Amino acid sequence: MTERITKWPGVELSAADLNEGKVTQTRFRPNAKYAWSAGEAMSRFLAELQNGRLIARTCRSCKRILFPPRMFCEVCFRPTDEWTYIQDTGTIETFSISYLDTDAKRIPDPILVGVVSLDGASPKMGMMHYFGDMTKDEIRIGMRVKAVWKPWEERRGSVLDIRHFGPLRKDAK
Amino acid sequence: MRKVGVIGAGMTLFRRRLQETGKEMCFEATKMALDSAGLTRADIDMVVNGTAPDAFDGVHMKGEYLLDGCGGYRKPYTRVFTGGGTGVFSSIAGWWHVASGLADAVLVVNEEKMSSCQPHPQSVFAHIWDPILDRPLRPNLVWIFAMEMNRYMHVHGVKKEDIARVAVKNKRNAVGHPCAQLADPKITVDDVLNSEVMAWPVQRLDISPPSDGASAIVLASEDFIRRRKIKDRAWMSGVGWCIDSTMWTDRDLYFPEYVARAAQTAYKRAKISDPRREIDFAEPYDPFDYKELHHLEGLLLAKKGEAPILTREGVTERDGDLPVCPSGGLMGVGNPIAATMGQKIGELFWQLTNQAGKRQIPHEVHTGVAQAWGDLMQYGSVVVMSS
Repeated sequence: MTERITKWPGVELSAADLNEGKVTQTRFRPNAKYAWSAGEAMSRFLAELQNGRLIARTCRSCKRILFPPRMFCEVCFRPTDEWTYIQDTGTIETFSISYLDTDAKRIPDPILVGVVSLDGASPKMGMMHYFGDMTKDEIRIGMRVKAVWKPWEERRGSVLDIRHFGPLRKDAK
Repeated sequence: MRKVGVIGAGMTLFRRRLQETGKEMCFEATKMALDSAGLTRADIDMVVNGTAPDAFDGVHMKGEYLLDGCGGYRKPYTRVFTGGGTGVFSSIAGWWHVASGLADAVLVVNEEKMSSCQPHPQSVFAHIWDPILDRPLRPNLVWIFAMEMNRYMHVHGVKKEDIARVAVKNKRNAVGHPCAQLADPKITVDDVLNSEVMAWPVQRLDISPPSDGASAIVLASEDFIRRRKIKDRAWMSGVGWCIDSTMWTDRDLYFPEYVARAAQTAYKRAKISDPRREIDFAEPYDPFDYKELHHLEGLLLAKKGEAPILTREGVTERDGDLPVCPSGGLMGVGNPIAATMGQKIGELFWQLTNQAGKRQIPHEVHTGVAQAWGDLMQYGSVVVMSS
């Protein structure tokens, strides 16, 4: 059939056709605002971040230490059991060197971002965060890192209370 | 369960911006699919619509907004959505309408109009992230692909050069596709490797950019196909779908376990025990070049870490032993998310009924697999089709 059809439907437009008003169009800008209650697990997690600590939940059934913490275990499908602190050190599982900001705009100084698995949580459990105090040539998977916390007075109960994860050096212990 | 066949397919051009509205695009694709099956809207019992986040089109209740164009007027009509996985999942929803005996003939119509979102649909992708854990970091969607790609490369020691070969193959395959947005007969591995770095290791030519488009297929029961003496049909012999936890920072991203589980379900239904031997060609989801490799391994068509080697050796070329994305895929034809059903299910239908024209695989093929992927790196939908 694809050979028999000579005209496939669709009329292509250029960006200029839209931006310079060359085609009939209509525009709308939504104004949506949200507020989320953080819930049971995340409220405690955020409060602990403000204290400069990372907290997890344990599941007695699968023996996992769940991070980020949650009030139920998605595998065993039962309530989790206890709060437990984990370390603010970990390992880079993967990363990107991003020249794009959140709106896909180009930025000259790249953002180092990735997943860090945290010491004290079950294997491979961690969070997404920025990496800092290292260059784009130094960052690598498997690198040991430690949270660099904002000063106490700047913390707001947010993942941003950690400025970034920086290299874990022996002399920094 | 009744046997279900694909008996018609249609699609619009895929372009960064199309003048047609979402409804108009749906109408064009649907009309083409009905015409190719030799049916009219009156023959259709039920309609399924597949389309990704409402925020792209900027219309909530997008399924309802599109329904007239999908042929859904005064019919049992459902919109399904499983993120990028919708491209194959909606056909699975159509399959169960017919397999269950509820319907004899069903339309499945997929649409995406990403150009409406200004200045770039990236801004609304921000809304898919966890509001507490991820969003304060102001993530860009490309980040997750970059992180997954880097992990995959790290674990298997894959070189970027071997990943770039996928982009080259698919953009060249797309030269034979009349709807292609990104076909390029002259592209080389160096072009990909020298393209702008967006979020390392992802470069500009590793990505399929936003697109507008629609696609449609017609499904029918075996009895309907026999009664109406329909000759061009390809059977949906196996379907599977599976989702992993949204807690994506809690798993190793190097292997898509959820795709493997969806594939195992689909193969079991299709009575396939050795997919590498029994599957003749594949249309895995390739919004990024590395995803084709990642998904070939998830689909159990390559061992873990083997897909780049198969690609380098030419096994996945159109005339290779296992042609992969003979349509040109998302990398070559374009990525209007749900509408990529046109290169996945549509291409399987066209290949298996010998209608793919310039894209026809030169040797005989009897069984193909299509797959889509989506949400936060967690969803796989798989369909096996046979002649």
